Amino acid sequence: MALIQEQSRPGRRAVAQAPAGPVRLEGIPAAMRRQAPPALPEVSEMQVVRHYTRLSQKNFSIDTQFYPLGSCTMKYNPRGANELAMLPGFLGRHPEAPDGHSQGFLACMHDLQEILREVTGMCAVSLSPMAGAQGEFAGVAMIRAYHRSRGDDARQEILVPDAAHGTNPASAVMCGYRVREIPTGDDGDIDLEALQAVLGPHTAGIMLTNPSTLGVFERHIGDIAGMVHDAGGLLYYDGANLNAILGKVRPGDMGFDVIHMNLHKTFSTPHGGGGPGAGPVGVSERLEPFLPLPLVVREGEEYRWLTEEDRPHSIGRLSAFAGNAGVLLRAYVYARMLGREGMSRVADYSTLNANYMLKRLQEAGFDPAYPDRRATHEFIVTLRRQARELGVNTMDFAKRLLDFGFHAPTTYFPLLVPECLLIEPTETEDKATLDAFVAAMARIQEEAEREPDKVKGAPWSLPVRRLDDVRAARELDLAWRPHSS
Amino acid sequence: MPFIPHTEEEVREMLEAIGVQAIDDLFDEIPEELRCGGLEAVPTGMSEMEVGQLMHRRARQDGHAACFIGAGAYDHHVPAAVWQLATRGEFYTAYTPYQAEASQGTLQLLYEYQSMMTALTAMDVSNASLYDGASALAEAVLMAVRANRKSKSRRVLLPRSLHPAYRRVVHTIVHNQDIELVELPFDSSGGHTDPALLASYAGQDFAALVIPQPNFFGVLEEVDALTDWAHANGALAIAVVNPVALAVLKPPGEWGRAGVDICCGDGQPLGAPLSSGGPYFGFLCCRQSHVRQMPGRIIGRTLDLDGNTGYSLTLQAREQHIRRSKATSNICTNQGLMVTAATIHMALLGGEGLARVAGACHENTAGLVRRLCAIPGVEPLFDRPVFHERALRLPVPVKGVLRSLAAHNLLGGLDLSRDYPELGDAILVCATEKRTDEEMTAFAEKLERVIGLQGGAPCQLQPKEW
Amino acid sequence: MSNVPSELKYTNSHEWVRDEGDGTVTVGITEHAQELLGDLVFVELPETGSEVAAGSECAVVESVKAASDVYSPVTGEVVAVNEALADAPEKVNEDAFGEGWLFRVKLADPAQLDGLLDAGAYQAVMEADEH
Repeated sequence: MALIQEQSRPGRRAVAQAPAGPVRLEGIPAAMRRQAPPALPEVSEMQVVRHYTRLSQKNFSIDTQFYPLGSCTMKYNPRGANELAMLPGFLGRHPEAPDGHSQGFLACMHDLQEILREVTGMCAVSLSPMAGAQGEFAGVAMIRAYHRSRGDDARQEILVPDAAHGTNPASAVMCGYRVREIPTGDDGDIDLEALQAVLGPHTAGIMLTNPSTLGVFERHIGDIAGMVHDAGGLLYYDGANLNAILGKVRPGDMGFDVIHMNLHKTFSTPHGGGGPGAGPVGVSERLEPFLPLPLVVREGEEYRWLTEEDRPHSIGRLSAFAGNAGVLLRAYVYARMLGREGMSRVADYSTLNANYMLKRLQEAGFDPAYPDRRATHEFIVTLRRQARELGVNTMDFAKRLLDFGFHAPTTYFPLLVPECLLIEPTETEDKATLDAFVAAMARIQEEAEREPDKVKGAPWSLPVRRLDDVRAARELDLAWRPHSS
Repeated sequence: MPFIPHTEEEVREMLEAIGVQAIDDLFDEIPEELRCGGLEAVPTGMSEMEVGQLMHRRARQDGHAACFIGAGAYDHHVPAAVWQLATRGEFYTAYTPYQAEASQGTLQLLYEYQSMMTALTAMDVSNASLYDGASALAEAVLMAVRANRKSKSRRVLLPRSLHPAYRRVVHTIVHNQDIELVELPFDSSGGHTDPALLASYAGQDFAALVIPQPNFFGVLEEVDALTDWAHANGALAIAVVNPVALAVLKPPGEWGRAGVDICCGDGQPLGAPLSSGGPYFGFLCCRQSHVRQMPGRIIGRTLDLDGNTGYSLTLQAREQHIRRSKATSNICTNQGLMVTAATIHMALLGGEGLARVAGACHENTAGLVRRLCAIPGVEPLFDRPVFHERALRLPVPVKGVLRSLAAHNLLGGLDLSRDYPELGDAILVCATEKRTDEEMTAFAEKLERVIGLQGGAPCQLQPKEW
Repeated sequence: MSNVPSELKYTNSHEWVRDEGDGTVTVGITEHAQELLGDLVFVELPETGSEVAAGSECAVVESVKAASDVYSPVTGEVVAVNEALADAPEKVNEDAFGEGWLFRVKLADPAQLDGLLDAGAYQAVMEADEH
């Protein structure tokens, strides 16, 4: 499909949306001005609407397809949350509006802080991080601020399991820490002996996801918390998999000192083709003074922002204003619709769906990575056998699934399970959809045995066939230029 | 049950297939002593109608004041088509385009966005967004320290005329990596960073110089001289710009003799509502030679197996999911949907439309400033050229004035005393193209009355040296 | 199984070293290493004139799905780098032991070559990797 730039024609003026000209720039010297307007597309409103409507139809999305992307929690995003977050009163509020003109918004933010505090079992929550990775940054920065405040500057190392998300080590490094990987045992739990061996006065903390990215609950979490705390380190909870345990077990009760949540996962705000998300952080009592700003506090019947004057030890601000407010509003609406009784249902039905799918896939001949473990809200199937015996690998299965109208699960992550598919159905999918996915997997398995080229050449029915990523990286073409095509 | 489709019959079948009696049996690997209670502090669930009533009430409570605050978030008109298209489920509920073949809509749109941003900034390449302008600048600083091969320094020059929130955020994000931010003072009469003043920093080793255009006060910096100074002193030049201003101002790729090395800013003026400060998006552009030090996702155009054009994520080896602790940044989720809106917004307006928005805001603010400065004791704080925003001195304390105006549903600018106590009683005002004549007249009349009530003889403020 | 020329020396981290007999050595990554990485799309090389220490990271080879550090097998000064790789990283895939060389080092101490693996020992490293 032609680019919007390629549909442009010089001199087309269809800007009903812009103020009338001419453009006078009183007081701005000619030397500071642009010579000619930037070369943006010159297209009509209808061309724009048609172009982007058609482009949208080239996407898979939750609204159109089953999207069992492990570790990403692609559940239904309620339309009501979108509509209510986009009420004019919320959209029109300037971030620097005085508190007196912000009581409605601040009340929502305060309520959300309280709800998240309760569901995580933490002492206090800050909503300001704009995504999970920024929440990780904030969390690790608080760990660092805590050790520094005690003069404990020798703690320079953060421990991260080998199965962790790449953001964990990257966040620790951004906070100035060294990273040490710790191995996972054959049963999917952390190797406690290996952990004990690396703990010491240099340990600042450990970053854990529980359930882990292997789709199993870390059963020794109590022991791990004890060992790390005894060594003087703190425990960080990566909330990527919070959907699995909502209303069942709380990170605060497991002994974690700091946690981030991904509201675009657990609290059903949309992923928007890559964002925006929101990554609020929760902390235990000893880290509360370090929480990122701003925070909302209720004083009598009034709400107000807490600032640097109230919280001099804060790690500071992470965004120019107050983070992704519109995302927070959507999460708030979702949380109010679920209510206390709806929280544990999320864990119940996402876990039921995952265990059911795992069972059905096993019956269809697929190999679970951890056959002796209970699946959580997600699980791993390994296609090592298919790759070895049939020469059809995980990527081939993933691409062929697209032809069947299913988005592929997460592939090749975590890195320590070869040829893996990480599958997360979420609680909002019905049984018939899960059955259809399992049937498609079984069908692809048959194809792999009888006509492997059909699988290796997939997808066949999408807007493009497999793309040449090597060419994309070797011959970089990152922007259209007027004479480039 | 909200959003859960299972019938009792299906649950029974599924449990039977798994071989357990009850759903709760599936949680048998969680130690019993860790199981939590009933989440008493969470209210019970509400229907969509009930939560709708609550949210309508709260949204109304915040009123619809006439907003004369800019300060990094601008109340522009957003064409109706922008959000009607951006909230289509296929954009709104898609994930990051890891499966390129199933994400060509998002990927082509992002390639178009990158192309628009490079046209706007006159830079070689753009990424697919960061969180916001302030955090984008923090990433630009980290990137400059990595990319500057001439300098071993971890010191970066940051002007005091840069948005105070940006300075705070950059500090939060970079200080743990032992990067030192050196503050450049601004000229007290011009409100800009005087290039002559930089002479005293020559010969010291800096990784980068940050150049805002316009700066926080709306004042236009001497970007050519600053860019050339940076390059002459072995530092990279980082531009922080307002994308709407770029429709009429010289683009960073053309500043000085060689253009800047990195350019960033907040994309909010391109179709994002004020929305209490977010979500907005950060943009980041650079020269081709620095592209491998750039954080965030980048989309490339390539070919498929049949030789047809397609788009995919590229240069992923820079990113955390591959490079882990050695990645250029920890960023994963970005602000994709806001970029979707911005791309549609730019396509609707075109270069000419965007220039008209810039021109109308500039003219409105100039008109407002003329009216306000007709009030005795109100005067511009700085004498240099500005773009669509201006700092004004008031003859009376600002807090009471702004409170009185707010009571009349007028947000009469930002109080500068919080971040610049040296400026005395001063506000920063902006009138976008959306502010009407009536609103501006009301602002001027109310301001005059409030100053009069406060006995506003011009105060004897002596500008200090700073 | 990949080719392992007998006249070269090797490291555990899959670099090869060729003694040029004039106090310099040429360094590259092995055929086995490039097979593991897949099609290379970019090679980042040290600067000519820079000092490298044995065991230190001094180059990066990047494929679509991975980026891998190259560790200098020896200590000394970088006297040349393979500029052709800037436009043609695929040379490493096509001819890892020849045109795909990475950089040349003037040895600080010629005796350091003795500590490197010979072809047989590297063969064993590769086999251990497979299991």
